[in-house]
Amino acid sequence: MSSPDGTAPPDRPDGTAAEEAEPKIEDLVHEDAGPTPQFGGLAAEHADHDAAQQPAEVMTESGVEAAGTTTATETGGKLELGPVGHLGDRLFGGLARGSGGLVVLIVAFVGIFLLALAIPALIDDKSNFLFSRIWEPGGDQPRFGIAALFYTTVISSIIAMLIAVPIAIGVALFVTYYAPKRLAAPVAHAVDLLAAVPSIIYGLWGILFFAPILRPVINGLSTALGWIPLFEKPPGDNVGVVFTASVVLAIMILPVVTAISREIFAQTPITHREGALALGATRWEMIRLSVLPYGRSGVVSASMLGLGRALGETVAVLIILSVPNGNDPWNSSIFAGGETFASKIANNAAEFDSPEKTGAYIAAGLVLFVVTFLVNSAARIIVDRSTPGTKRPRRNRRAGAAEGASA
Amino acid sequence: MTAIAENKPAYDGKVLDLTGKSGARAFKNTLATVLIVLAFAVAMIPLVWILFTVVSKGYHLLLSADWWSQSQRGITVRRAGGGAYHAIMGTLIMALITAVIAVPIAILGAIYLVEYGKGTRAAKVVSFMIDILTGVPSIVAALFVYAVWITVFGFNRVGFAVSLSLVLLMLPVVLRSTEEMLKLVPDELREASYALGVPKWKTILKVVVPTAFGGIITGVMLGLARVMGETAPLLILVGYSKNINLNPFSGFQGALPTMINQDRTELALPNAADRVWAAALTLILLVLALNLLARLIARFSAIKSK
Amino acid sequence: MSVNRLFRVGSVAVASLGVLALSACGSDPEPAGSSSPDSSTSSAGAECPKGTLNAEGSSAQKNAIEEVISKYNEKCADVTVNYNPTGSGAGIKQFNASQVDFAGSDSALKPDEMTAATKRCAGNAAVDLPMVIGPVAIAYNLDGVTKLVLDGPTAAKIFQGTIKTWNDPAIAKLNAGVTLPSAPISVFFRSDESGTTENFTKYLKAAGGGGWTGEPAKKWTGTGAGKEKSAGVAEGVKSSKNSITYVEWSYAVDNKLGVAQIETGSGTPVELSAESAGKALAAAKPAGTGSDLALKLDYATKAPGAYPIILVTYEIACTKGLPAEKTALVKSFLSYFVSKDGQASLTDLNYAPLPAEIQTKVEAAIQAIS
Repeated sequence: MSSPDGTAPPDRPDGTAAEEAEPKIEDLVHEDAGPTPQFGGLAAEHADHDAAQQPAEVMTESGVEAAGTTTATETGGKLELGPVGHLGDRLFGGLARGSGGLVVLIVAFVGIFLLALAIPALIDDKSNFLFSRIWEPGGDQPRFGIAALFYTTVISSIIAMLIAVPIAIGVALFVTYYAPKRLAAPVAHAVDLLAAVPSIIYGLWGILFFAPILRPVINGLSTALGWIPLFEKPPGDNVGVVFTASVVLAIMILPVVTAISREIFAQTPITHREGALALGATRWEMIRLSVLPYGRSGVVSASMLGLGRALGETVAVLIILSVPNGNDPWNSSIFAGGETFASKIANNAAEFDSPEKTGAYIAAGLVLFVVTFLVNSAARIIVDRSTPGTKRPRRNRRAGAAEGASA
Repeated sequence: MTAIAENKPAYDGKVLDLTGKSGARAFKNTLATVLIVLAFAVAMIPLVWILFTVVSKGYHLLLSADWWSQSQRGITVRRAGGGAYHAIMGTLIMALITAVIAVPIAILGAIYLVEYGKGTRAAKVVSFMIDILTGVPSIVAALFVYAVWITVFGFNRVGFAVSLSLVLLMLPVVLRSTEEMLKLVPDELREASYALGVPKWKTILKVVVPTAFGGIITGVMLGLARVMGETAPLLILVGYSKNINLNPFSGFQGALPTMINQDRTELALPNAADRVWAAALTLILLVLALNLLARLIARFSAIKSK
Repeated sequence: MSVNRLFRVGSVAVASLGVLALSACGSDPEPAGSSSPDSSTSSAGAECPKGTLNAEGSSAQKNAIEEVISKYNEKCADVTVNYNPTGSGAGIKQFNASQVDFAGSDSALKPDEMTAATKRCAGNAAVDLPMVIGPVAIAYNLDGVTKLVLDGPTAAKIFQGTIKTWNDPAIAKLNAGVTLPSAPISVFFRSDESGTTENFTKYLKAAGGGGWTGEPAKKWTGTGAGKEKSAGVAEGVKSSKNSITYVEWSYAVDNKLGVAQIETGSGTPVELSAESAGKALAAAKPAGTGSDLALKLDYATKAPGAYPIILVTYEIACTKGLPAEKTALVKSFLSYFVSKDGQASLTDLNYAPLPAEIQTKVEAAIQAIS
């Protein structure tokens, strides 16, 4: 825990302990023994535990559940008690183990199956799968490569992140530390509600209502920065471009990233905040010194979660993005059209009429799968590295609410 | 989303603010405040705009009883009338099947991770696999089920196939949240139970799971909310029907996302456009209702340690 | 705890009650046209079986078949017909994979597709039944231009990308007196595989005088930016100035887009109307002989007043080999579709009815299904 004051008491929520689940024995022991986990042997032990548990907290799929998951606790040292060998135990334990095994089987099956379908198509592929931009699967001379799909997928998601993450952090900070109490809760709920809007609606709204007002932005940016190929606008008045899709993606992932960041910021131990303020820090300095360092790993995870969503988004992108024709030279500009993995697959689902074609699309799907997985893994590694020995206070969200009420 | 705590600012910093800040620091503080409020304002514009669009364009159809009780049979895009009953039921049925398959596996898997396999290599493998599953985009899950269900087995496209692909999406969500909830159960409870000679399985079923029940339910509802709005699996794995079909094992079946998808191509026509927004609002309300239900259950079955 | 449990049970019960209540009162809406007394005027294949018919395919006929299904249900209330407008390619694929009972396609089966279809029909041939005739509009969005005239070669060059600006001499020549902007032309095309694209490129190839270099295909090979489905291209043109696309007439009308008149070489530019489309259709010949009903359209027709860009949607069905109940359903529905009643309902939706000669042949072919 990066305690700015260095002498912070163990980071248990203060004054609210009575409201929440009792901390486990080991937790108390650890916490009491290691006040500043940045150094000392205990820190390493913390890091080990956290490596196994913390990323999982926020790496869950929709941000929502992270609400419940920002409460991971250290339970590694729990005693294995309880009678063993009982018939019921063997049955129930077997069931539980079976379910664990089933999950492994399912994932392995998905992976192997997709690979098995993709490999024959990949063997027949007459062009370089990774570096070709042509997509002509099927026929006698199937030629397909993912370079263009990969580029559009990645660039649109990155732009979406660049837009969404700073704003999401701003909104999360606003809700947790700036907004009047009366405003904060409704705003939080409104943002949450947006995560429930189906993506197809984001797509429709994006192209029908939002894209027209983006046109001046696109024109302005391309006029100012058009000498950079990335911002060079092809002739025409088309707004179904990568930039539009990126902005809509940003809006789509905003609620997710905001929700998780907000949850994490709110859990900054009050002692840290008080410590900073007691030293004469301004509100911003308090945030910079205590809230942001504390929430960094969570924000990274939330962002990666959002990125994963942006990478895999299908229908909204399909509706918004225009597709370049096969004759024009490839255009890397964000003001040109493009196709992402997901939109390509969905748009051509009607074409899966031969195993070779299907295989080609499944191969593209596999790449998307791998990219998404790499992003998730990267998030885990970043979180592990950037926060050595950090351990969040044990607290569940009900306790968080209780704390808010008691303050 | 909705399960997240009501974040009332826990602390009013002004009480401890010291006077006499230097100009640069005060400026930075003001600048930060302005930027943060600005970020909030910028974020609110599109979000309010979308919600306003959906609600204002969709609400009036929802006010009629027909919307909740009739199908779209015989209603062409140019005509008004009919309802979303077929699609609501389709969505609910598919979601229910998904939950019936995914929830037991997820809960038992979580029990395995927390109660049985903790710290073992096998548990790490399971945990890793769940992370992979978390990263599966919906279109890939749909492709996989298409390959198995239709290409290999030669079955027809039906609602059940959609549910199978949704299981892949729901499983990791529920498993992870359940895992976290089980971890929150204090060990004292387990130890007390063991001390009374209660076998482990009974301890889990009678002590651990009931204690974490609220959280588990929340996770299930959130998982459901996540899968109910998915469009891609529906496009690939089931035909859309305007008629009521309550059998997920046979024939085309309507669902709210595909109902939106069907009419979105005719947005230039007022009746079709009305239905698109109304169906979207219905879907949002369904998800919202689930979340409220989850919250209610969570609140009234919260872990009470004192 | 007991209170909690009670509440838990209670809320679950309330939730399930809500679902039950919902499931108890679901129904189909009253047929919209039940008041029209003449809808029972019967024609061939009047008997109404019971069951469900699933079909999929061309989105060009979506509005037509929806209307016909609606009308058909006024007559045969016990038949449920589902149609998924996912595209001609998808329709044929799903038909050949036995996922649907018949398919809608904007082009007749090609030989290899016919092979697969024969396999699906348990060794019996599949038949292409021309059913819906829809003109394809060249729709544009040009400020201040309410009348735009194009001819085959000019259109071909615009869509090929060799004519790049609106004030190109070739366009200006056809539109004397119209102020054309010097802006670049934004072309939109269908990014999905589409029968509309195939028919439109057939026109460009036939009437383009070499201006169109590609081969007619479902996949676009010209210039421009691709949008998904007819709705996508229509929306693209609507929201982008100086743009042009090809789209089914009804989408151009619904989206209030400008529709280009076509100079076919007859001397006067032809405006798109049900009448002008019908005239071109009269020039259509059966492509094959005997029972093959695939039509050969004369895209390069110079007949006065004939609008040449026409799209025919075929229903593809098994001549034999379906289970008896499905056969009865297919026959019953398609008989209604081709009947005067069925076809008459299409003109309001910017389609053209089948010419009488073709209609008779199709009726006979449907009766021959067993």
